[in-house]
Amino acid sequence: MSTLELLALQPPGWGGNLLRGLANSIQIAVGAYGLGLAIGTAGAYGKIYGGPVLRDLLEVYTTVVRAVPELILILILYFGLTDLVNQILVEMGRDRIQISGVIAGIAVLGVVQGAYSTEVLRGAILAVPHGQIEAARAMGMPAGMLARRITLPLMLGNAIPGLANLWLIATKDTALLAVVGFSELTLETRQAAGTTKAYFTFFMAAGAIYLAITLLSQWGFARAERWARRGEPAVAAGAR
Amino acid sequence: MIAFLRPRHRQVLLVAGAALVAWCIHALDWSWLPAYWPLFLRGIWATVWLTALTTVLGLVLAIPLGFAQAAGPWFLAWPALAFCTIIRGTPLLLQIWLIYYGLGSLFPQFPWIRQSDLWPILRQAWPYAVLALTLSYAGYEGEVMRGAFKSVPRGQLEAARAMGMPRLTLFRRIWLPQALRKVLPTLSGETVLQMKATPLVATITVVETYAVASRVRQDTFIVYEPLLLLAVVYLAIAAVIVLVFRHFERMVPTRTA
Repeated sequence: MSTLELLALQPPGWGGNLLRGLANSIQIAVGAYGLGLAIGTAGAYGKIYGGPVLRDLLEVYTTVVRAVPELILILILYFGLTDLVNQILVEMGRDRIQISGVIAGIAVLGVVQGAYSTEVLRGAILAVPHGQIEAARAMGMPAGMLARRITLPLMLGNAIPGLANLWLIATKDTALLAVVGFSELTLETRQAAGTTKAYFTFFMAAGAIYLAITLLSQWGFARAERWARRGEPAVAAGAR
Repeated sequence: MIAFLRPRHRQVLLVAGAALVAWCIHALDWSWLPAYWPLFLRGIWATVWLTALTTVLGLVLAIPLGFAQAAGPWFLAWPALAFCTIIRGTPLLLQIWLIYYGLGSLFPQFPWIRQSDLWPILRQAWPYAVLALTLSYAGYEGEVMRGAFKSVPRGQLEAARAMGMPRLTLFRRIWLPQALRKVLPTLSGETVLQMKATPLVATITVVETYAVASRVRQDTFIVYEPLLLLAVVYLAIAAVIVLVFRHFERMVPTRTA
């Protein structure tokens, strides 16, 4: 059997396994990125408008998460979170549950992503011109509407380059879940490569898939940034 | 320091933090620590030298990669760009496994490699770990250096040329030092990232801090304590890296308005 036939989608080939791994990877990356954005938005608002205690606690969260290797955070949270949920369930008199790999992966990577996106979004919100927010307050806009109509749309242009980086990190960090035995693309690849001994074929195929995701995302985010910056005067970009 | 501690809520938070640490020391099981401490020290040393060696080697590679993209002809710029894109577009774990399992399965097929004096070294895992980490750092830093080379003011280069400086001297005395000064703050963060990538090489049997902790877990079935110790160790190494780079940054004369 030639090496390229090993990549065929039907069973003697391993292509189907790789695609299943890819689906798992993307599912986790999307979920973790969304969770991270939610945590990041709340964290950024907390860091800017929160009280001194909340601000210090958020500072501890972002500093610790960004200084400890993701792999170790994943292990601590992976074992810790499932243990915690089960202990709470037992206290409440329910049975223990088995938390699925997808949910645990999303929760764990989401907490890590949240720390990074807190910083990205905080910088972007601070870059929104003060006058805009003051004008909205002077018009009597409630805080929620102000965030939805003024702050978040205006900060999007500044935030998108940082958020694009975070998305690329999210897709690549799903590979770390291979270490805790979750069958995403990288682990499926290693199993296929180990069984067939065609290491170069499979690792390069997986690399090509990851690279395609990266290049596609870069193109998409560039379009999104152009869309988010629509209506901004061209001078603002050129004047730097 | 005193200004940092003045607000009342910070004192309360610090006391709460100290109480948490005291509880961790008291309530958790640290009985394994004396037996594994020497192994841990060896692991920490491995983490430190892996980080330092691959950072230096990666930077040495990154300078030509960045310069080729910033000022080189297309037949040098394009391969450099392709290399940086591929490294930055694929997970490091995949690169490590490709290099270790791929090259590791390829080398034994050639008798002249097996019979060479290098074979005892190539049979171990760490050369592949160093190679993978170096290439990864070079890929990310090549991109950073490209921006740095481009940001050196043209007037500086033109002045040097007007003085009749040969091209190599210009690069060595004007272009490279100014680019390196620009990237120092970025390099600090990138080096912390590199340190955070080192536990991945434990998956190819290199014994560093993380590998020691997982061995404790396998031997004693104690899960959290080794991981907590790991987190503290990595926090400490990250702090040291940031301090070392701050020292380097202080050596650079800057003018602040």
